[in-house]
Amino acid sequence: MASVVSGSLCIPARLWQNGPSASCLFNLSDGLADQNTYFAQRSQAPITTGTSVLGITFEGGVAIAADILGSYGSLARFRNCPRIMHVNDNIILGAGGDYADYQYLKDVIEQKILEEECLDDGFSIKPKALHCWLTRVMYNRRSKFDPFWNNFIVGGLQDDEPFLGTVDKLGTAYVDRHIATGYGAYMALPLMREEVERNPIMTKDAAQKLLVKCLEVLYYRDSRSFPKVKLIFDCLMSLQSLLSTCSFSFSPYCQLFYLFLISATI
Amino acid sequence: MSSIGTGYDLSASQFSPDGRVFQVEYAHKAVENSGTVIGLRGKDGVVFAVEKLVTSKLYEPGANKRIFNIDKNVGMAVSGLISDARQIVETARTEAMNYRAQYGSNIPLRFLNDRVSMYMHAYTLYSAVRPFGCSVILGAYEADGPVMYMIDPSGVSYGYYGCAVGKAKQAAKTEIEKLKLSDMTCKDLVKEAARIIYLVHDELKDKQFELELSWVGADTKGVFERVPQSVFQEAEKSAKAAMEDESDSDTEDM
Amino acid sequence: MAVNSLAAYNTYGGPKSIPFVPYADNGGSVVAIAGDDYVLVASDTRLSSGFSIYTREQSKLFRLSDTTVLGCSGCWCDTLTLARILEARLQMYLHEHNKPMSTPAVAQMLCTMLYYKRFFPYYVSNVLAGLDEEGKGCVYSYDPIGYCQQTKFKASGSSGALLQPLLDNQIGYQNMENVTPEPICMEKAMAILKDTFISAAERDIYTGDSIFINIITKDGIQEEKFTLRRD
Repeated sequence: MASVVSGSLCIPARLWQNGPSASCLFNLSDGLADQNTYFAQRSQAPITTGTSVLGITFEGGVAIAADILGSYGSLARFRNCPRIMHVNDNIILGAGGDYADYQYLKDVIEQKILEEECLDDGFSIKPKALHCWLTRVMYNRRSKFDPFWNNFIVGGLQDDEPFLGTVDKLGTAYVDRHIATGYGAYMALPLMREEVERNPIMTKDAAQKLLVKCLEVLYYRDSRSFPKVKLIFDCLMSLQSLLSTCSFSFSPYCQLFYLFLISATI
Repeated sequence: MSSIGTGYDLSASQFSPDGRVFQVEYAHKAVENSGTVIGLRGKDGVVFAVEKLVTSKLYEPGANKRIFNIDKNVGMAVSGLISDARQIVETARTEAMNYRAQYGSNIPLRFLNDRVSMYMHAYTLYSAVRPFGCSVILGAYEADGPVMYMIDPSGVSYGYYGCAVGKAKQAAKTEIEKLKLSDMTCKDLVKEAARIIYLVHDELKDKQFELELSWVGADTKGVFERVPQSVFQEAEKSAKAAMEDESDSDTEDM
Repeated sequence: MAVNSLAAYNTYGGPKSIPFVPYADNGGSVVAIAGDDYVLVASDTRLSSGFSIYTREQSKLFRLSDTTVLGCSGCWCDTLTLARILEARLQMYLHEHNKPMSTPAVAQMLCTMLYYKRFFPYYVSNVLAGLDEEGKGCVYSYDPIGYCQQTKFKASGSSGALLQPLLDNQIGYQNMENVTPEPICMEKAMAILKDTFISAAERDIYTGDSIFINIITKDGIQEEKFTLRRD
């Protein structure tokens, strides 16, 4: 099991030049990975996973896109796993990585929102606050060596300004105008950066076009991707979700029909 | 209350020789001092109305609400000591949350009522605690229609079509009994509820009050919420108009 | 126990057991130079991991008070946490004592906080810059587990080893004959500081995009931005 991949290979030898190596400061884990830790083994690997998530800001809003495939290793096992959620009227959240961990956190977040509504004081959580909260949750779990194996992208409107931030399983968090996780970081992000360099003030339509283009490129090369996607916009006017089945075929070999439907307007 | 002061009223854990628990009865008294709260269950939903007594002009309008959301689909109206009631609200919310975490769906009101009743009952059993000085009404709109329960300080609860607690519960109950509740829609019930609260309000003893109206039903898609501003104003207006008519006819009689 | 080890559930090439490593190297460099009545501290704004650049505009400087700035590089999630706890501790100090904490006191507290996590350290290389109680510039540098040293200038982070010799030579005049070290003026310090980052961006892929410079004087903190190469 764990012995297939030796633990020490994955630990960076040095975290910065002439600095100490990880294993000399504390005894992390050659041990942890190799022992037969029948009982102590924590979530060491994601099981059912989602691939990249893409997020982008545009004039007056943000959009997040991800496909709806739940992969079991290389097996395309679940074909209807939407992994972008409406958190409240002005926050959207996209998740990659372990689907069970995402669902668990989704429940926790939904309960948070419910409790907030029960307080009945007219306040609702804002994107920056949710992003910060997620950072703490992820960091605390990684510190227990029991991480939530996810990449999250939080998008929304903070006082009418677009906000886009991300958190990974360690609690590494940052804010940017465009974010892509997983393979998206290698394939979609360059496209997004190029486009944003060319026209810095992007309209909603341009953003949608760009995201669809990125999803298409990812579908060509990311074997864990899927041609059905969910795309949610959070803009000044409304939250809209486009659960789609596309109107063009991605490749000459498979004719897949896609059709963008505006399914919900909140 | 002839037995007051005979020594059996100091603890909730002791019966009097004639089989009463005085602490619980006193808790009922605490509820009777509070503003009237009514709950009406019609054919397509439940409506709550509260006469929230305002004891000083210095308070902000809308402070110390007496109707709470327990879950998205469940509401609670409370009568009695507000701080005691808030603890019940908190407990009910926790129970709803636990149920959702376990079973992934809304808690059926029947179960929520059981759990909250048991909690309130537990506070009538021990000498170290006192019973809750409040009664609560729970309401929800579920797959097979509207449901409503009322729990009193002893932990006893019943399902109701219409119920009333607080100062003017007798007068309110008499009014409610005149209604054909099972044929009425939420829209009608809101007006009736507002009218009843205005009717039973005692202007001589309690000068000011605020009306609170909330509902859950088919029209709100099963979400418990305060009635919209427009509906509220209309209900309040017609309630005041009904009061006018009443006082007019009173003077004619004389 | 992983699902894979049960024969019935074995998915060849399926979910792999990846040992979990709680640390990441997110790169970044920090340089600080202290003068008699000022101190400069700068960080690059590239946040990266492996061969990907997460973002090009992440400052790694944390303004702790009107006279103290902390620069961090290393594992970004630890940096975030450490900085947040520090800010909270400073706030508590402020409320308790009705005055902001002095730079030497912050320096000592940071040292304690790092050592507290000796056996599960924050993987952060810290440089604390500020003015001391007399208004003189001071720089403190740390290792991840709480060793602390006061200096006049320091380069740390992914380009630390590249830049420190340059500073030793240009500011410290070390290992030179017939020179008398003299206090460095702010203009010269600024020029050297920018040069060091330009050189670092040439050779270190984890340093680049731009730098944020904080200039701390008795009049407060000024901020400057300076662009570097973005490849």
